[in-house]
This record gives sequence, C-alpha cells and structure tokens, in this order.
Amino acid sequence: MAKHKTPLLDQLESGPWPSFVSDIKQEAEARAKNEKGLDYQIPVDCPEDLLGVLELSFTDGETHWKHGGIVGVFGYGGGVIGRYCDQPEMFPGVAHFHTVRVAQPAGKFYTTKFLRELCDLWDLRGSGLTNMHGSTGDIVLLGTQTPQLEEIFFELTHNMNNDLGGSGSNLRTPAACMGMSRCEYACYDSQELCYNLTMEYQDELHRPAFPYKFKFKFDACANGCVAALARSDMAFVGTWKGDIRIDQGAVAAYVGGEFAPNAGAHSGRDWGKFDIVKEVVELCPSKCISYEGGKLAINNKECVRCMHCINTMPRALRIGEETGTSILCGAKAPILDGPQMGSLLVPFVEVNKDDDYQAIKDIIEGVWDWWMEEGKNRERLGETMKRLGFAALAEAAGVPVDVRMVQEPRHNPYIFWKADEVEGGWDRDINEYRERHLR
Amino acid sequence: MAVVEFQGKSFEVDEDGFLQRFEDWTPEWVEYVKESEGIKDMTEDHQKVIDFLQDYYKKNGIAPMVRILSKVTGFKLKQIYELFPSGPGKGACKMAGLPKPTGCV
Repeated sequence: MAKHKTPLLDQLESGPWPSFVSDIKQEAEARAKNEKGLDYQIPVDCPEDLLGVLELSFTDGETHWKHGGIVGVFGYGGGVIGRYCDQPEMFPGVAHFHTVRVAQPAGKFYTTKFLRELCDLWDLRGSGLTNMHGSTGDIVLLGTQTPQLEEIFFELTHNMNNDLGGSGSNLRTPAACMGMSRCEYACYDSQELCYNLTMEYQDELHRPAFPYKFKFKFDACANGCVAALARSDMAFVGTWKGDIRIDQGAVAAYVGGEFAPNAGAHSGRDWGKFDIVKEVVELCPSKCISYEGGKLAINNKECVRCMHCINTMPRALRIGEETGTSILCGAKAPILDGPQMGSLLVPFVEVNKDDDYQAIKDIIEGVWDWWMEEGKNRERLGETMKRLGFAALAEAAGVPVDVRMVQEPRHNPYIFWKADEVEGGWDRDINEYRERHLR
Repeated sequence: MAVVEFQGKSFEVDEDGFLQRFEDWTPEWVEYVKESEGIKDMTEDHQKVIDFLQDYYKKNGIAPMVRILSKVTGFKLKQIYELFPSGPGKGACKMAGLPKPTGCV
C-alpha cells in the first residue's frame, strides 16, 4: 500500500518508455520488504516520500525544495549538493535529500562487481535512487541525510577506492567519449587523457579556488560524442594532420551496394541506392572530394576534417596517421551574457603520453593562471574572454596568434595597439603639434 | 528555524547550521560551531581568517572570493583547509557568521 496517493504520477507508468515512476515504486517496495534485513540508515520510506512531494509539485506546479544547501565532507569544498524539502512534516523521508556526486570511470565502463558494491553502499546509507549519470558525467547518488555523508565518503574511499566528483567554483568532473576503447575514429586516447588530467588536478577539483566553475571534456574526434564544444570551458577535440586514408576497394563496395552507407544508420527508411556523388562528394563543405572513373580522391590540403565522408563510408575512409587534438575554450550556458560554444585556441597539439601530456598541461595552467587572476566573481572563462579579448587568452596560453582562431576578421576599426608597437609611443606634446598646426 | 542555546546566548540557524543574521554573531558562536567543523583549538590564524571575512563582509556586503582571502591573509588554499577542514565556505564563513554561500555549489 503506497504511503501517498499519486494519481498524476501514476499516468506516467503507461506508455512504452521505461517509467521512472514504476522504477521508484519498485525500489520503495523493495525497501519496505527489506529481504536482506538491512538496518536502513535513512528513512525506509524515503522513495515514497519523494513520490509524494513530486506529486504535490505536479498538482500545484511548483518545486518543493528549499533554496540551496551547504553540506559536504571534511577536506573538500564540494562534491555534495545539499537539499531540504520545504514540507518536512508532510514528507519526513525527504526532509534531507542531499545528492552525492561520485567520480565515474572515463567512458563509463563498469563491472557488475563495482556497481553491486556501490548499490550495497547506497541501499544502506541512501535512498536507493540514483542518476546514471549526471550531465557532467558523475555517478549521482540521489538523496541522503547529512550524518551519512562522512560514512558514505569513508566507505567509498576505504572499501571501493573511489572518490567524489566536483561541485562549486572549481574544476568539475571531467568526462570523455569512449574514444579508442571502441571507436575507429578516435584520434587520441580520450579516456586516458581524461583520467590523467582528472588525477593531475585533484586539488583543483575538490577545493574550489576558481572565480567560477570550469569543465574539461574530451572528444576523440570532431563528431563530439560528449559535446565538449558545447559543454566544457576547455574542450579537447581530436583531429589529424595529413591525409585521410582511402581504401579504393571499399569505396567500390559502397558504390556497389555491398556496404551500407553510414554503417546502416539510415536503414529504417528507403533512401534509394547509395549515390556517392550526391551523398559524399557534393556534401563535402570544402568541396575537396572528387569521384571520377570509379576512384575517390581527396584534396587533403583543403579538407577541414569535418568527418562527413568518414562517417558515411567508415570502412573505406580512415582518419590520418598523424593525430592530436585541438583545444577550444569558453563554452557555457546562457547565464549571464549569453550562450557560447568553444572558440578555437589551439589548432593542433600532440597528445603525448610519454611526456605526461606536458604540452597540454602548460596550456591549461597558462589559461588558469590568467583567469584566476583576472576573472571576476562568478565569471565563466567564456565571459572573461569576451571582456578582456581573445588575444589576451592566447597570450596567457602561450599560443601564437593564428588565422584559424577567427571565423572572419573584425569588421569594425576599433583596433588597439600596444604602445611599443607604435613608433614614438603614446607620449606626445601638444605644443610640438601646434608648431605645425595652428589653432 | 532552529534556535541554538550555548553559554547563555541563543542563535537562530538554518538546516546547514549557518547563522540567520550576521548581527547575531558573538565570540561564543565560534566556540559553539568549531567542533562540528572539525576544529579542536582556535588559533590566531583561525581568528585572522574570521576577522578578515567579517571586515570584508561589513565593507562590501558579500564574502570575498577565495583568491582575495588567500591574498590578504597570506594563507594558501591548502593552509585554509588545514585550519578549516570543510573549507572557506562551509567552514570559515559559517564560523564568521556570514550568510550561507549560494549559487551552483
């Protein structure tokens, strides 16, 4: 027997998509039965009260969580999102409903052993509800009480060798696409670089020291499977120098219909026979592909490495051999001064594990030093870039100015020069001028 | 809201144990909070951080950025965590009686 009546939520149990309402009810039932005989450390009916408060919000169209919440574990300035219900007497099970962010493995590959251990921990000390995963990448443990935070942290670190993720004005939990683990487009090992930089910058992740939040994301190619360009202040997007590798035999197989274009991604509808000219050659944004006499040719000097031809014919076309990453800065959501995507800062940098990615770390630290000094309170890197100019960012990163940093040159003439770039500098005497120009 | 009684004083606090009103702050508040913030003994260094936070708040109406706290007190972030294990926000600001940090924390 459910604790609260939930007629509105019950409607979300119908339909084909997995119902979060049915799932929460299932967890509520399992806790009520308690077949393992657990000594639940927070109210056993926590999930039921969550459904209750959600139903109330559905009824009156308003949230019922109080503003903010500052909780955490000793030693860290972030990792836990505190939350309190504004109807604690009606829903005591969610009077406290804190969220714990747990660092996830890059690419989110798991063993059942790890997940079972995590579930055992969370069953005992939490609500039994999770978010797999938060949009930044963390494993999200959804709903527990303040006294459990240190307990959970102790067990996570001592028994599971796992840490919390980030929150607050700091480096947030980095995330990567699956990269080389199972993708032939990967230009660098995005999981490895993600892991390495996460470990390198643990201090910056756990102890807020920045003007505002800062995110890394790692895409191993321009397809952007973790959307680094849109959702990280510093995006690492894999690319290559030199030529796309072409297997003419495989090209013929696509033209002949033996291989499905886009690996069969459009097989749900009849788009007719594959037409290499229409679907590849003519769609190339730089028009640098030709197909003549049954032979595909690419003028690689003009190729912008957009991935379209490779995506369409993955068995015939491969990324080049000299690979690395581009670095783009400044992506953010609209608040305060409008949304931004990453702007190209570094066209190409080697991803070199042998020197522990030093070239990349130099750029990151240059940018941080500048932004930590110049950034205003709660100003994202993208906004600091807007305020102080892209040239200041490039200088901070130690990156030479490059034509690829702009989509087009400025059209206004408000151009600043440094005094030492101008003969004679700025110190001029009006009297000297008047000698040549009468008043 | 909960009311805390300690050494003859009473303090109105929220769920996270932050003072509801900065004006209610007294030295007893620090004595009351320190244990829950993992601090055994208050030192001059603790006091220096608290004094600066209060001065800055009175003057500017907000808590200082971490960078400014470090610069003025001369304590690196690492030292601030050694003094206040839950950090400058949850630890030092709470003890200094400043309002609870807000935003996307």
